[in-house]
Amino acid sequence: MPRYKVTIARMGTSNIFLRSFLEELGFEPLLPPPITQETLSLGSRYTPEFACLPLKVNLGNYLQTLETQDPDLIFMAGGIGPCRFGLYGEVQKEILRSLGYDLPFIVIEPPKKHFTEVIQNFTRFLGGKFWRNLPRAIRICWCKAKVTDVLDKMTLSLAPHLSVEWRKELWRKRDEFLIAIDQTGKTGRLKAILAEAEEVFASFPQEPRADVFRVMVVGEIYTVLEPAVNFQVERRLSLMGIEVTRTIYISEWIWQQIILNFLRIDWQKSLREEAKPYLSRFIGGHGLETVAYTVRAARRHYDGVVQLAPLGCMPEVAAMSIIGQVSKERQIPVLSLLMDEHTAEAGALTRIEAFVDLIQNRKARTSSGLGSRARS
Amino acid sequence: MKEMFIGIDVGSVSTNLALLDLEGQVVQTVYLRTGGRPISTVQLGLKRLRETMGSSSLPKASATPLQSEDDRGQTTESLEEQKTTEGYGFSRSSEEIRIAGVATTGSARRLIGLMVGADLVKNEITTHAVAALHYQPDAQTIIEIGGQDSKLIIVRDGIVVDFAMNTVCAAGTGSFLDQQAARLGMEIEEFGNLALTAKNPVTIAGRCAVFAESDMIHKQQMGHPLSDIAAGLCEALVRNFLSNVGKGKEIKPTVVFQGGVAANPGIKRAFEKVLGYSLVTPEYFGVMGAVGAALLARNQYLTTKKSSNFRGWQLCTEDITTVGQTCDGCSNHCELVVLKRGGQVLAYLDDRCGKWSDLVTETAGEAI
Repeated sequence: MPRYKVTIARMGTSNIFLRSFLEELGFEPLLPPPITQETLSLGSRYTPEFACLPLKVNLGNYLQTLETQDPDLIFMAGGIGPCRFGLYGEVQKEILRSLGYDLPFIVIEPPKKHFTEVIQNFTRFLGGKFWRNLPRAIRICWCKAKVTDVLDKMTLSLAPHLSVEWRKELWRKRDEFLIAIDQTGKTGRLKAILAEAEEVFASFPQEPRADVFRVMVVGEIYTVLEPAVNFQVERRLSLMGIEVTRTIYISEWIWQQIILNFLRIDWQKSLREEAKPYLSRFIGGHGLETVAYTVRAARRHYDGVVQLAPLGCMPEVAAMSIIGQVSKERQIPVLSLLMDEHTAEAGALTRIEAFVDLIQNRKARTSSGLGSRARS
Repeated sequence: MKEMFIGIDVGSVSTNLALLDLEGQVVQTVYLRTGGRPISTVQLGLKRLRETMGSSSLPKASATPLQSEDDRGQTTESLEEQKTTEGYGFSRSSEEIRIAGVATTGSARRLIGLMVGADLVKNEITTHAVAALHYQPDAQTIIEIGGQDSKLIIVRDGIVVDFAMNTVCAAGTGSFLDQQAARLGMEIEEFGNLALTAKNPVTIAGRCAVFAESDMIHKQQMGHPLSDIAAGLCEALVRNFLSNVGKGKEIKPTVVFQGGVAANPGIKRAFEKVLGYSLVTPEYFGVMGAVGAALLARNQYLTTKKSSNFRGWQLCTEDITTVGQTCDGCSNHCELVVLKRGGQVLAYLDDRCGKWSDLVTETAGEAI
């Protein structure tokens, strides 16, 4: 059987483990260049205006790959349920076909419903070696996803305890370790990289800080994970000395969506309970999670919540008005940033900076007893 | 020695400077059109500040800030003679003045912060709130409408608890009103007063600037008097502001109305009609961002007593330019801005990874 060339769209650090996964399975992975303004304009040119941002960027990714390379097929994660993303596999296929690229798609959909279909799709291109290679592919894919997420968690939790200069160094090192993770093909080497990162990070001089401001980042998965579309909000907050708690990690998402859902384990129970006073049902995408995590952030005395979502994302727009209520009732500042191809970076940065001022001044006032309101 | 503080607000349409004394009193303000040239406009603005300071008695600032739009480009004249005394001294001043702090705000805050050696670089939402609360400590809502931005800041118990900015449309901001006044062949000052004389304001679709304009034209062709159309436009823009920017926010009195558009009595009255109570317009409504920045520079100085990074008045006459440059270091292809004095690089801006902007950290640091 020939070695099929397969391309993917980018989302945060997911290209690292997806590349290994496809490689181990027996494909030749072709990666699109990093997302730039050009990707975005290319994608928006051929998509409906009111389609949401992830579709536009994904299509931009495919088109940029197709400009210079010749993939045989496209691999993407899909969805089912009320979010429009479930439809995007088909929409992308149709748009590419209308542009003269007739490529097959392998859409990985939650195995709760479409498990056999996914397998058939793979065996169609890989034949028997799919089953032979699968254990190794899953192993490296899972390890890489886990290690990149652990690295990010370490970075985010350490940053607020460092000086400005060391914070920059921390993020520089994090990027270097990401490249190292990307480049290795051995699962064993990953552990060593993580150990090295731990050692390097531990050597950074920490400053004792009386108070650390904590912000929870909630919202739609793509805009939360992809720094190229969210104006690097996580890194910026972290460089300002804020402790960022990201609520979506890709390894956790895979675990929940593929393993727990397959085993029919209800991992969402605690979230549903937390969201209950405000929202009692699944509304597609990460809408329920957004509400639940905002309640959790208030309960755990976070200083603020940043919601990230594509403009016109139905689940997040619904969640946005609900978390406005949570914000009022539970006294937690919320900043909602909606993104599309027209969003100006300057405006977003002004908002992020003003939000940080807001939470800092608020805390200073509350703790000095000047404010009449106490946080519950 | 008198210690003073400079706030510089470089916005899309106007560049404002404010000079404050140690007590936080406004000594002088300057209002200029940015005209797409932030650097030379700030140079001109600083020169004006310096000139007024040079006169033996410092004039009390007037409510109408210094207007000057006509003399851009002659930033280098007449400053030479004043440069006789080195440093921050003033040749003609009876008392010596020392600039103890400089802060920048507005959309060009980073660039100008690096250029002047700012001690603080602050976003305009915070500076506007600081200034409004300085003059109106019991404010619960701040409405700021400038050239292209409009902001709503919600304050409770003297602290900012929420804010919003216009995201999709600039209808209702200064630039749009300017355009419409120009199209009707009148000064923007006249436009607001005309709206006040309206007997029966017409309904205008204010959702989008372009459609508002076509609706206005339509109403004119139908024969409605100009005053009714002007008032109708003011009401449409206020509706637009309240339903877009103010969506879901609780607007409570006291409401402070500031920014260039606060000079427009038509808009002010339209707000009052909808809200049902009067708005407070502070004395320095047009330069509140700059005043807020200067107040923050003063606060920082009072708590840290650190001497200022201000690069001195000579920067009014220096040859400061920016050059665009594309970085080929990675596939991001960042479009860098290089800030230069003469041939010397002062700073790099706008790189994603920070490898360029970290090169020159002379004036940067915590402030930027």
